[in-house]
Amino acid sequence: MLEVKDLQVSYGAIKALHGVSLTVQQGEIVTLIGANGAGKSTTLRAISGLVRAGGGSVTYDGQPITNLPAHEIVKRGLSHVPEGRMVFANLTVLENLKMGAYLRGDHAGIRTTMDYVFGVFPRLKERTKQVAGTLSGGEQQMLAIGRALMSQPKFLMLDEPSLGIAPLLVKTIFEKIVEINRQQGITILLVEQNANRALEISARGYVLETGRILLEDSSAKLRANPQVKSAYLGG
Amino acid sequence: MNFAGARRWLFAALAVSVVLGLFQPRMDLYFADVLTRIGVAIILAVSLNLINGYTGQFSLGHAGFMAVGAYTAAAVTMFAGPKVVGDNPPAMIAQAWFLVALLLGGGAAAVAGVLVGAPSLRLRGDYLAIVTLGFGQIISVIFRNVESLGGALGLNGIPARTNLFWVFAAAALAVYVVTALVNSTYGRGFLATSDDEVAAQAMGINTTRCKIAAFVISAFFAGIAGGLSGHFTLTIDPKGFDFNRSIEIVVIVILGGMGNTPGVIAAAVLLTLSNEFLRPLQAYRPLLYALLLIVLMLARPQGLLNWKRTAKT
Repeated sequence: MLEVKDLQVSYGAIKALHGVSLTVQQGEIVTLIGANGAGKSTTLRAISGLVRAGGGSVTYDGQPITNLPAHEIVKRGLSHVPEGRMVFANLTVLENLKMGAYLRGDHAGIRTTMDYVFGVFPRLKERTKQVAGTLSGGEQQMLAIGRALMSQPKFLMLDEPSLGIAPLLVKTIFEKIVEINRQQGITILLVEQNANRALEISARGYVLETGRILLEDSSAKLRANPQVKSAYLGG
Repeated sequence: MNFAGARRWLFAALAVSVVLGLFQPRMDLYFADVLTRIGVAIILAVSLNLINGYTGQFSLGHAGFMAVGAYTAAAVTMFAGPKVVGDNPPAMIAQAWFLVALLLGGGAAAVAGVLVGAPSLRLRGDYLAIVTLGFGQIISVIFRNVESLGGALGLNGIPARTNLFWVFAAAALAVYVVTALVNSTYGRGFLATSDDEVAAQAMGINTTRCKIAAFVISAFFAGIAGGLSGHFTLTIDPKGFDFNRSIEIVVIVILGGMGNTPGVIAAAVLLTLSNEFLRPLQAYRPLLYALLLIVLMLARPQGLLNWKRTAKT
């Protein structure tokens, strides 16, 4: 479904990605793990058009989407939940969700999707009128994921969904990710620091180190790999 | 305010402007003069609020757009007018031609809006402010040097066409367009762009188009305000569109509350009136005006009429 080949990104003189290649099949959950600064977020940003790729290609659904403007990529059903949640802090929960459906014109369909989002995250329904900036970290993450779902994506990229969230909520968030994947058939590319949990719910994983793919394997094998264990899974 | 509410409001405001226009001949001249100034201030502030408030950009060039509109509209009534509608057209035709002049003035300013909006794709905050500031200066210098438009002496002998109807109808339209826009799905993209540009892009919002659209719509109304103002004072002085004028408008927007239209309208009324009330103090006027700004800013940093949303920090 998604094929990334030799993707290169530079920030000024610093090269962040030295040719990253990965594939994601339809219906899969794939995890991208790596240390800080390995280029995980940059990979997602380059795929969704938020940063320009200096080289390489991204193919989605058989079509090249390399360096298309971000809004064109969202239009094709590829939605990105950026790191640090990035909800619209000054808008209400409801307005945030409506923003997610920005490119959709079917009001009935938007209602259905919103009901689905409220079904997945009942907490959001209790707080529709609240300004998003006053939500807790976990609630903001739910809102960010819910907002991305509003565009009815076929492919969802989640950047550090567990970052800065109460441990109890982290479990919920991961359960919801699996639920979204199973129920809606949405393909998911997950970037996580919490590698253990991410590998638990995903089928395959890639290990990224300083802008290069170091390892690629099934999640079970990655979790058993002694190198991965010591570097990313805490022994 | 929803769409139906906004439209009802628009009709009410248009009715008020018709009434004001009808009663203008019986009004005290000074009173009508102050009302006109208030109306023009409302148009300028409400339109600038679209850029500085709702879209989160920072423009210091609003007077530049106003100048483009003022000169274009004046040229249309003074130079093109006699050829199209004759030297002494009946009142109705003169007014109709004035509408054309206002729209052309707004249109010319909107084109300028594209030119200034384009750099805003790459710049934010202070940097954008400096670009727009430069634009305002350039416009002022250009008009100062175009001899056919009066050069540094300014353009004199502009026919008196502005009346309270035009002023308040334009103000009502500006308020309506901005309100309806920011409450629409398309316009919510403006708010999202201001809130978090990256997240807005990730939502599929074409932030580039939002920013340019904000500049174009805002400049259009500033151009109309310029046309109204020129046909009201009957003379255009290029120095009247300098940095200070832009700052005045920015002050109204900040005082009224960025992204809060009712507050901005209130601030436009309040600051125009206080300027008048302070008139007897003569030399002390600028001093007291400045003090008033400081006190207001300390007392209500979130804007005059802003109770609902938290102030942006």
